[in-house]
Amino acid sequence: MNPDFLPSARPISRLIEELNKLPGVGPKSAQRLAYHLLQSPPEKSRDLAEAIISLKQNLRLCSVCLNITDSDPCGICSDGTRDITRICVVEEPIDILPLERTKKFHGLYHVLHGVISPGDGIKPEDLHIRELLDRLTSNSIIEVILATNPNAEGEATSMYIQRLVSPLGIRVTRLARGLPFGGDLEYADDVTLSRALEGRQEMY
Amino acid sequence: MSARVYRTTGIIIKRHKFGEADRLLTIFTADCGKVRAIAKGAMRPGSKLGGNVELLTHSQLMLARGRNLDIVTQAQTLDTFLSIRDSLELMSCGFYLAELVDNFTEENVEDRDLFELLLATLRILSETGEGERIVRYFELRLLGHLGYSPQLQKCANCNRMLQPEANYYSPAQGGTLCRECGYPYMAASTISVNAQKVLRLWQRSDIAIAGRVKLSAVLAREIKSILRDNIRYVLEKQLKSIEWMDRLAGDSNLNGNKTASHNNDSGPL
Repeated sequence: MNPDFLPSARPISRLIEELNKLPGVGPKSAQRLAYHLLQSPPEKSRDLAEAIISLKQNLRLCSVCLNITDSDPCGICSDGTRDITRICVVEEPIDILPLERTKKFHGLYHVLHGVISPGDGIKPEDLHIRELLDRLTSNSIIEVILATNPNAEGEATSMYIQRLVSPLGIRVTRLARGLPFGGDLEYADDVTLSRALEGRQEMY
Repeated sequence: MSARVYRTTGIIIKRHKFGEADRLLTIFTADCGKVRAIAKGAMRPGSKLGGNVELLTHSQLMLARGRNLDIVTQAQTLDTFLSIRDSLELMSCGFYLAELVDNFTEENVEDRDLFELLLATLRILSETGEGERIVRYFELRLLGHLGYSPQLQKCANCNRMLQPEANYYSPAQGGTLCRECGYPYMAASTISVNAQKVLRLWQRSDIAIAGRVKLSAVLAREIKSILRDNIRYVLEKQLKSIEWMDRLAGDSNLNGNKTASHNNDSGPL
């Protein structure tokens, strides 16, 4: 056991240790959270505990888009109002949230659960690319939007998928790469600026 | 070396997520060798570090010494090797080069020559769009630079001049073996006359010439397997990106895309 946690009683030191494993929670924050829970009413900590347990028990991957869901197919895949001819490919389930927040995309998603990373030994079979290709043959998809992150691995993954999807006669697009809103030209890197220039658009 | 903040140029050879939005970089620098450093907030859009510390970017860097890891305080791109990024094949070569350098170097040991070799290799990759041959040249020069230069003129065992004929090659013996020495040696593979010629030429020529040497598909495969075995012998392991490169070559052929133009070249050698 970590000596930092020793002075507290056993149940509380155990909680502190567990909280400390969470991202962004250091030993001090873990202590504060644990003592806060200790002082709050019992139903509050029970709610929290139940929420944590149901997270693992009731969640699974959507059999269509592989997003994390509690119902299969997931809310997006079973929503009849969505455009079923477009699929947006993302790296992780969490990437869907910002895209949904824009309210600009009404199609479906496909979650790869990772990117090709040769240096780390992550190969296409480790991702859900096969499932994407299966969806493309069985449905009337007209466009695949590649929304992997604009970095070396994300680009490589997109190029790889593009190579597999294009021969099927489906339009493959890539999210535009350019200057971030609220950014600054002075600090823009050369790749971003080159791409921003290449993808410049006429003003109306 | 003792200054708290130092300035150098470097190529990012590896990077990982670190905490919320930071990146842990492995940078191969011109002045301090391989350095590990944190780029704070580099994953946020609009970060002034962001694209300047992307994999395989050559950047001017300001680093502050930390207790364990240094911190990148400023970064300005010198070269992004844009055309490497536009090609899956070249990018894969880049991943491989980065992994090679990471595996063959120790932290904080200055190696200016290797830095220059890596930089020149990335430049040529980007300018010529030629992947395979340049990577092979890099492998051979890397081995030579680290003191594992294969013997290609004389037999590595009996020291007699090699005859212009197919001989044997053994990484464990340090290079080419003549017919008499190599034949009983089970672990040795054969090496053709042309492969010996190309490797000898590469050993003494600069990178611009390496890219111009034309190789038939058979010869390219032979040289690839010789150098790869040699590298695996020295490192005592297989690099992870090799499988991906092989797979990519296979997939491209399936799709009818050419991996690299040299597959069709039937050159003079």
